[in-house]
Order: sequence, then C-alpha cells, then structure tokens
Amino acid sequence: MSPWRRSLALVALLAPAYGWLVFAVIAPLTIMLIFSFLNDVPIGERVVFFTFENYRDFFQHAFYWRLTAKSLLTGFYTTLLCLVLGYPMALVMAKVIPSHWRAALFMLVIVPFWSNTIVRLYSWAIVLRKGGVLDLLLQALGLSPGSLEILYTYRAILIGLVHGYLPYMVLTLYIALDRVDDSLLEAAASLGANAWQRFWRILFPLSIPGMISGSILIFIPVIGSFVEPRLLGGRAGTMIGTIIEDQFVQLFKWNFGATLSFLLLLIVLIFMLAFGLLLRRTRLLRGE
Amino acid sequence: MKAQALLFVLLSIFLITACAREAGAPPGTAPATETTALPAETVTLRVINWNGYGSDESFVLEEFGKKLNVKIEHDYINSEEEILTKLRTSPATYDAILPNVAYLQIAMQEGLIEPIDTSRLQNWEKLLPRFRDLPGLRDASGAVYGVPWVWGATAIAYNTEKFPGGIQSIQALWDPANKGQVGIFDSFEDAVVFAGLALGDRTPYQPDDLQAVKQKLMELLDNVKTLWASEDEFNKLFANGDITLGNYWSGAAARAAKMGLPMAFVVPPEGALGWIDTWAIPKNAPHKDLAYQWLDYMISPEFYLTWDSVAGAPAPTTQASLDALPEDHFNRAVMGDPEVLARLVFMETMTPETREEWNRLWEEVKAGH
Repeated sequence: MSPWRRSLALVALLAPAYGWLVFAVIAPLTIMLIFSFLNDVPIGERVVFFTFENYRDFFQHAFYWRLTAKSLLTGFYTTLLCLVLGYPMALVMAKVIPSHWRAALFMLVIVPFWSNTIVRLYSWAIVLRKGGVLDLLLQALGLSPGSLEILYTYRAILIGLVHGYLPYMVLTLYIALDRVDDSLLEAAASLGANAWQRFWRILFPLSIPGMISGSILIFIPVIGSFVEPRLLGGRAGTMIGTIIEDQFVQLFKWNFGATLSFLLLLIVLIFMLAFGLLLRRTRLLRGE
Repeated sequence: MKAQALLFVLLSIFLITACAREAGAPPGTAPATETTALPAETVTLRVINWNGYGSDESFVLEEFGKKLNVKIEHDYINSEEEILTKLRTSPATYDAILPNVAYLQIAMQEGLIEPIDTSRLQNWEKLLPRFRDLPGLRDASGAVYGVPWVWGATAIAYNTEKFPGGIQSIQALWDPANKGQVGIFDSFEDAVVFAGLALGDRTPYQPDDLQAVKQKLMELLDNVKTLWASEDEFNKLFANGDITLGNYWSGAAARAAKMGLPMAFVVPPEGALGWIDTWAIPKNAPHKDLAYQWLDYMISPEFYLTWDSVAGAPAPTTQASLDALPEDHFNRAVMGDPEVLARLVFMETMTPETREEWNRLWEEVKAGH
C-alpha cells in the first residue's frame, strides 16, 4: 500500500471517532465556554456582549465557593465510602469466588443500574424516613432508642450517592484485581509470605490503578450531582449542582450556569491531572 | 478467554444502563408528558401547565379531546420562568400556555405570545369585570394577551389533626414549636414575599430592608424540613407526616382535602400572596383555531364546575361559576370575602435585576444550611 493510500485509510478510519468527538464534546464545551463570557443568551433580539461579570459574580459571593467546597467534599466522601465498601467485594469476586459464581455476583452489582434514578431515590426515601423501613426495623430489634430519621439530612444524600455509584468502583477494581496473575501470589506463598503479606505487598499495590480510575469515575459525576441532593437532602440539599440546575431551569441564566459548570470542569481537570500524576508515579514505582 | 468475553458483555450492559440512568428526569417533574391514546393521525394540542392543575384531568380528555378528536399533550413546569424558557427555546411548538398575569407582561415584551381576539371567545363576556378589565392583560395599545382562568392565594396549609385550633398567624411558620415540620415552596419570589409579610411589610415587592428579609429567611430555614417543588411533592410530604404545615396554593389545598388529606388552608392576618393565572397563545402556535377553542373551553363555567367537583379548583373568574358554588364553599365564603381579598398581595412583574438580587439572596440562605 502506498503511503498516500495508507494515510487516506487512516483518515477514513479515524474520521467517525474524531468527528463525533468534535460534534459531541468539543463543540458543546466551546459553546459553554463562550456562553460563560456573555451577558445574556443570544436568542431573539437580546443584545449580547462579552463580559467577565459572571466570573466576578462567582468570586464576589463567598457562598458559591462554600457550595463548591461542599460538593467537592461530597465527592470525596462518596468516593471514599465506595472504595471502603467496594474493595472487599471486588477482592472476593476476583480472587476468592469460583468463576462460575462470578456472573451471578456481577448481576447483583449491576442491578441498581437497571432501576430509574428517581425510583431508586424515592425508594430510599421510604427506607430512611422517620417511621420508615429502617426506623421500624431498628426499633423492632431494640437497637434504636428513639425514632431514627436520616431522610432530609446530609447522610441521606451520601447513602443515595454511594448506592448509585458503588458499581463503578466494584467493576474497575474487579478488572484490576483479576489481572493480577495468580502465579505471583503462589510464588509469594512459596517464599513464605502469609495471606496478609500477599495482599499488602502484591495485590494492593497492583490494584492502585484500578482504585484511581474507579475514583475518577465516581468523583467527577458526584461533584456535579443535583438529583440526589434535591430528593434526599431536604434543606441540606443545596449543592453547586442544584445551583447550576436552577440557573438553567428556573432562572434562564444560562450564562452564569455555564460559568459555574466551567469552573467545576476546571477543578475536575486539576484533580484529573493530580490523579494522572499519581497513576504515573505508581507505574514508575512498579518499574513499568 | 471465556471469562473475558463474559466480562465484556457485562461491562457493555453496565455502561448502557449507566448512560440510561443519566437521562432520569429532574426531581418533581414526574412524567414529562402525558398523552391520550388516540389514533396517530389526530391533531396534537400542546399545552404548558403545572402537573395536576385542571387541564390534565381525565374529563378534559373526554370532553374536549374526544369530542374534537384531539390529542392533548402536556409539558409540565415547576416554575413560571420555565414557561418563558420553553417558549424562547422551542418557538412555534406550543398551542396554549398558562402564565401568571405577572409574567404575561414579560412574555408580551419579548414577543413570545400573540394578541387574543376576544370576540372569538364565547365565554369572554362571562368573566367578572374585575378580571376582564385587568390592566396586566393588555399591552400599551390595549390588545389583550391573556384570558383570566382562575385565581387564588399562596398562603398556609396545615394539618388539622396537628393543629385542631387552626393557625392564627404567618409566624406559625417561624414558631420553634413547629421546628422540622415546615415545607416551603422552593421559589425566591414566594420566599422573599412571605418573609416581608411576616416582618409586617405590606409592600413586600418593594422591601424596606432586604437584609432583614434575609435574616428572617435564615430563621425560616431553621424550621424547615424540606423545600418542595410541585403539588405532588407537597402532598406526599404531607401524607407521610414529614411536614404538618407550609406555604401552599389554595387550589392545591382544596384538591388535597378532597383526596382525604387532613388539610386546611388559611390566609393569615399578616397577608399572603395572591395570583391570577391566565391562558395565552404562543406566537406562531401550530394550531391556533384549536387554541381558541381550548381557551374558550377552559374559561367556561362548565369546565370550572366539573373541575371543582371532581378534583377541587382555585377561585373562579366568572360570575356564573361563583353563583353555582355552595354558600359555604371556600372559594365563595373565604376567597369571596373582601377582607381576605384586601389581605392578599398580588404577584407583580419583576425586573430582571430584582429577580437576580432576590434569587441570589435565596440561594445564599439555602447555602447556609
């Protein structure tokens, strides 16, 4: 094949992917960036001009930073909880359970995704409210001194988020742990390493990339979440995500909404960069 | 190899469902549209209204839809601003919309709605003069843009079992005894107006002291269990006992009581928010003749009385409807009382600057919790 034809084939093969990327990712993000620097939405006969006003608004009002920090913290807590809950599950699935049981376990992990978010969250409301399923259960078991109320608190938001995002962590961790060659563990055992040492010295370091990619998959959508806070959080449910939603749905202030979204994206990019560096360091440590 | 293939299949399912879940509707909107099952070739009348607010009752589909062989499709809103947003972003899509009279002026100025030829509405003359002659319905030249449909109050709804003696003051929302039992409509406009009234301000649309309003709203949020966004949401919270009182719409309270909830509605002495909802026709509506028929049907006493008897409605705008109501009916006995009427502060058209200022204040108050 001539070099010319080769490059033509390359272009033909790559064009759909890159075309889609431009159409579905780069173009919308560019529009968002432009909107964030405009004073109004350019439809009808509205007079539109370039301004820094939206960014100034964000930095002049301390409560926007506080809400951003709250959303970041929520992302952090959710990721951490998913990690703590998801790691043992993934470990058992990858290394303990015989392979013919794995499919069944996978199904159990994925099932939450088959239910609509709204339905799932309303179900949680039934479980978490005062006089709800959890409250009655704990009282029947004599474990709760008074009536327990979790609904419409910050904890309810975390429960809803962790339930929704746990599968991301379990699946990425499973893939990372499954890739670890069993012969490595056998070799370690033959050299006298006990179970704890085999885990801590071999499995755990090798699963770090999985932990990091799982964390990215969870952290990023959670900091922009607005449905869970709104339905489960009650008066504690104001987040930067709900503020962004209000700009679009309630106020027709798309420009400020775009500004908030873009600042959030910027923060996400910084975190991604940090995660990426972390990932590279762990690879270097492993000598790859 | 087999395990890898299995994993691939599972991951694909996982990703597909993960994408699907992102498409979930925002809270409170419930189903976005509701349609009747009719043959595909029928005309579709597209209406913007609040969920469960009269025009989507099943008898409407029977009487209007079946009779004219029209499919009626509703797009539901959670705020007045959403009506304007839908018209701005989807021109020539909708046939009839239900803006508050305070939002009619904005829609008019932006050229989102059409003047209405009232001679084409048989029921126009039946409207009470004080609604028919409302200045807010008209532009500078006197052309009419909105048809008054129903009116009512956003005041206090409470649980009659929890408050056997009733509610005597707007301060009940702030009373520490009711901590954690209050539901508040998530709207900066309602929030600021209620706080102003509670502070004794009779002109809450021109607040004396916004800082005091903010302080008052912070105190209100201490008492609040959760903020609600739709009639359905308020009723769920109320039925579950999550809230026992809150600011609510008069028509919605009537419907809830009709459903069997122990709910009563009161316009406190400090005052409450009054509103008038109007039907309007968007610019370049696809089915304008049908829209006129729809408007005429909506303001007819027949529609109103059926609505009120099957579901419960806010106060009527026609004398015929008012006369047909029982003497002790809330919309006649209470809303018909000139003293109650005098207590209401009717919604006003707000400048974009004021809206932004009030909204930021409300956001800041909410962010503090």
